[in-house]
Amino acid sequence: MSNIFNSSIGKKLMVALAGFFLILFLLVHLGINLTLILTESSKPFNVASHFMGTNIIIKVFEVILFTAFLLHIIYVLILQIQNWIARPKRYKIYNFSQISFFSKFMIWLGGIILIFLVIHLTDFYFKSKFGHIGEITYDNISYYTDLSSLVIQKFQIPGIVIFYIACFLILGFHLWHGFQSAFQTLGLNHKVYTPVIKKLGMVYTIVVVSGFTIIPLIIYFTQ
Amino acid sequence: MKVRLKIWRQENAKAKGAFVTYDFEEVSPEMSFLEMLDALNQKLIKKSDSPIAFDSDCREGICGSCGLYINGRPNGPEKGISTCQLSMRAFKDGDTIYVEPWRAKPFPVIKDLIVDRSAFDKILHAGGFISVNTGSAPDGNSILVPKEYSDLAFDSSVCIGCGACVAACKNASAMLFVAAKVSHLALLPQGRPEARERVKNMVMEMDRLGFGNCTNTGACEAECPKEINLTNIARLNREYFTAKVL
Repeated sequence: MSNIFNSSIGKKLMVALAGFFLILFLLVHLGINLTLILTESSKPFNVASHFMGTNIIIKVFEVILFTAFLLHIIYVLILQIQNWIARPKRYKIYNFSQISFFSKFMIWLGGIILIFLVIHLTDFYFKSKFGHIGEITYDNISYYTDLSSLVIQKFQIPGIVIFYIACFLILGFHLWHGFQSAFQTLGLNHKVYTPVIKKLGMVYTIVVVSGFTIIPLIIYFTQ
Repeated sequence: MKVRLKIWRQENAKAKGAFVTYDFEEVSPEMSFLEMLDALNQKLIKKSDSPIAFDSDCREGICGSCGLYINGRPNGPEKGISTCQLSMRAFKDGDTIYVEPWRAKPFPVIKDLIVDRSAFDKILHAGGFISVNTGSAPDGNSILVPKEYSDLAFDSSVCIGCGACVAACKNASAMLFVAAKVSHLALLPQGRPEARERVKNMVMEMDRLGFGNCTNTGACEAECPKEINLTNIARLNREYFTAKVL
């Protein structure tokens, strides 16, 4: 086990494992967000957000999530810098041949996603943790932070809607390569299962991208 | 046919190097790419110019010494061949052809189109072998090998160590080469006793030499003259994790 993460393959393993966690996280996030458009009431979304913000187990997962983001980024940066150093003199003509097209742009797609993440966290996460968001009461019993109204208010602005949709398309390109690539890095390549994994990756990416882009669109056009 | 060649000329490892343009009119479509370079060199020698330095040996696609980066692809526009198997038929009359050496930090240019590929030898020295007690030849079928594994091992063993995978990879990664060498031995019973040490040592040496890291892009598979595929890299990863973790 010693120094496995010092090796190139070990660092890639770390990127893949963190990537898998982020892939699962996106599904959970999407599931909660969909309540915004699937129900008339703001209650399911606000209750779910409250649960995600206060539950002790989720808090542990929150730490793991931020760690996964950090490790994914740090290890990718180390690998990428090594990759740039490995070819000091570039080719004059470069007819790039490849099997996985988006792998060529992963670092730049990832960079854009990171910028999006910072903006997104500032818009919602930090605001709910440290800022002031209005509260709402359901059935005169308990008070919840009214994140739902904040989201709806944000998605009234066309610029923000377009920005979110563009960022999720970028995320889609990142996942298109990343999903199946993570399996390959883990050594999981099989003549029967790999084509299934690749299809699953495509379905996952389409579901995540269309799910996350349809929410601002529906809010913009209906609210 | 005539072609305009833009060929990388570099006096020695330390020289800066630049593209030199040669308009070459005495090209026949039947020539191989290397024969065309030979003919050009004859012309240069007659003019007392220094001939273009390039590697070649067997000229039948099995020695792995003749890799050139032609018009943005290792071994030129055709699939599954080494440079010596490339014919001038692959080009059109009047084409401009850029010829560059493999570009990677562990493959420094020695002169013109020749690079030093001894980094691959160093990786092999680190573990790409099996230790056997030499003695009388063993009986043919004394060690049974399942047909499926022998076929897979053969597919990996056809790697000629030409470096096209490194040249093609946007990261100059040697993973396909190392994966083929590790797989070839890992799939056979003779290779199993040293499998763990082999994979650890070869990966360590690959990293030490400064090759880039694999991003599962697949350019190596697309450009390998022996069409070695990415399943070898997955096997290398598995072998490595097993050796390290278990």
